[in-house]
Amino acid sequence: MAFLRRYLRSGAGMAGLLILAAIALAALAAPWLAPRDPLAIAGPALLPPFSDAGLPLGTDRLGRDVLAGLIHGARASLAVGLAAMAAALLIGSVVGTVAGFAGGLVDEALMRITDAFQVVPRFLLALAFVSTLGPSIGTVVLAIALGAWTEPARLVRAQVLSLRERDFVAAARVIGMHPAEIAFREILPNALTPALAIAALIVAAAVLIEAALSFLGLGDPNIVTWGTMIAEGRNLLRTAPSLSLLPGLALVVTVLGIYLVSEGIGEALDRRGRAAP
Amino acid sequence: MTGNWVLARRRALAAVPVLLILVLATFLLLELASGDAVDAYLVTSGGGDATLVAQLRQHYGLDQSVLARLWIYLAALAHLDLGWSVAFDRPVSALITERLPNTLLLMGSALALSFGLGSLLGVVAGARPGSLTDRLLSVGSLALYAVPGFWLGLVLVLFFTVDLRWLPGSGIETIASGKTGLARAADIARHLVLPVAALGFIYLALFLRVMRSAMAEVWQLDFVTFAQAKGLSRARIVWRHVARNALLPLVTMLGLQAAAMLGGSVVIESVFAIPGFGRLASEAVAGRDGPLLAGIILVSAVMVIAINLAIDLLYAWLDPRIGARQAG
Repeated sequence: MAFLRRYLRSGAGMAGLLILAAIALAALAAPWLAPRDPLAIAGPALLPPFSDAGLPLGTDRLGRDVLAGLIHGARASLAVGLAAMAAALLIGSVVGTVAGFAGGLVDEALMRITDAFQVVPRFLLALAFVSTLGPSIGTVVLAIALGAWTEPARLVRAQVLSLRERDFVAAARVIGMHPAEIAFREILPNALTPALAIAALIVAAAVLIEAALSFLGLGDPNIVTWGTMIAEGRNLLRTAPSLSLLPGLALVVTVLGIYLVSEGIGEALDRRGRAAP
Repeated sequence: MTGNWVLARRRALAAVPVLLILVLATFLLLELASGDAVDAYLVTSGGGDATLVAQLRQHYGLDQSVLARLWIYLAALAHLDLGWSVAFDRPVSALITERLPNTLLLMGSALALSFGLGSLLGVVAGARPGSLTDRLLSVGSLALYAVPGFWLGLVLVLFFTVDLRWLPGSGIETIASGKTGLARAADIARHLVLPVAALGFIYLALFLRVMRSAMAEVWQLDFVTFAQAKGLSRARIVWRHVARNALLPLVTMLGLQAAAMLGGSVVIESVFAIPGFGRLASEAVAGRDGPLLAGIILVSAVMVIAINLAIDLLYAWLDPRIGARQAG
């Protein structure tokens, strides 16, 4: 509760929360705000923005509703961002807990694997993964998570190393709890805070990587994403710049909202104001 | 100096298992993919009969099991031989050395721009914490950091290539320009302006923020209060005392971002049609080219490891309290 109170007092955190709430609301209400299929033709092609009340942001090269695309694109961005963050935290906390708690050879092996994933550029990894396994929302989420779990793993491991010598762990051993149960029920919940603190930054990075993947044509072809919209607008940069500018702006505002939330979380977690990078 | 060698040798040894894991992971990934290099070749060439397929597989050794191929690859790798690209029918090392300079040029210029200008603006913001300049730069850099590089590239092309027609928006140099020496360098530089800006501006924002927050911490330290008490000029305190001591976190960040920047240049190369390392990666994956993809991943991993080693040595040099021995 103290955390929540401190968060609400942070200006950046509140601004970010408002931005994200608006975008999340649009994403959730997409079936009502834009009930038609955003990939279906809605009007004449290349209708400029603000010229038709029914199609406020105009249409693209094929006559598809740009506003509907933006609203449905928010769904894809937020869903991929949140799912990739959850997957990264899950993999990271399991690897970090096992490495820190088991120690020895297991720790050494897991940390070398972590190193291996950390020295390859995340985007190169995601690119290789998605293009070999085929673009679908599942592979995109997994590809992004594969590059993002290393940092939470290191943070959780460091916490576990300091926690495993504490008295409550010794007490759990004494009453005969199974080591796996001690690791995951006693230690992990206490080791999660630093990893949760960077959760927002993982979401932001995931949104940006998803956009870049779909920009390169590696997004799920059956859903509208902002990256695909930018890529399609790119060929019409001269005649209809708004087609690539609008989805890009939507991306910037979303990512900025996430950064502001992350800053708010940072301020609420420690008062000395550890700034988000 | 010996400490540096100890650190370098230890890092090189630690890199061996890491690189081995990467080779294994690459082979595993390509096993999961549908089709091999010959299938990919047949798709682009329009197909072939069963004899040709068998012949091609035998020629490139693809008829052998994964483990046999992995073993051959590792044995060659021990002699620093990166193998033969099936998609290009050329040695992997030749392809990589051909494409890498473009990427290094792009990355290096973007890094110089972002580190130089970013730290400078960071000092301007951090010189007077809480001032209007500081607030404007903080908000501006956070917004800039939220911009996707590929989109920034398109916006720059829209302004400087489409509207103003000042700068070229694609390629690394004018095709068949016949230019040599300085004229050619100037031509390449003109082509690099927009991609470097697209890649570098985002990191500029990052370096600005790191410099600013590091300076905010140094301002609290006793020796700064002492310098103020001595009556030193504000400029001298900002530059000689605060900024200089805030440089270390910036150097750390430089190492952390090396891998990210290499990844970012993959997308930027695609936006600006620069024949670099990143484009080669896309082509390797499309061609199901195992040796080429493994080579690209290995070379980029080695580059990232080398950059981090260089950063640690630089760190020990900048802060004599940290010996190279401890930095490892």
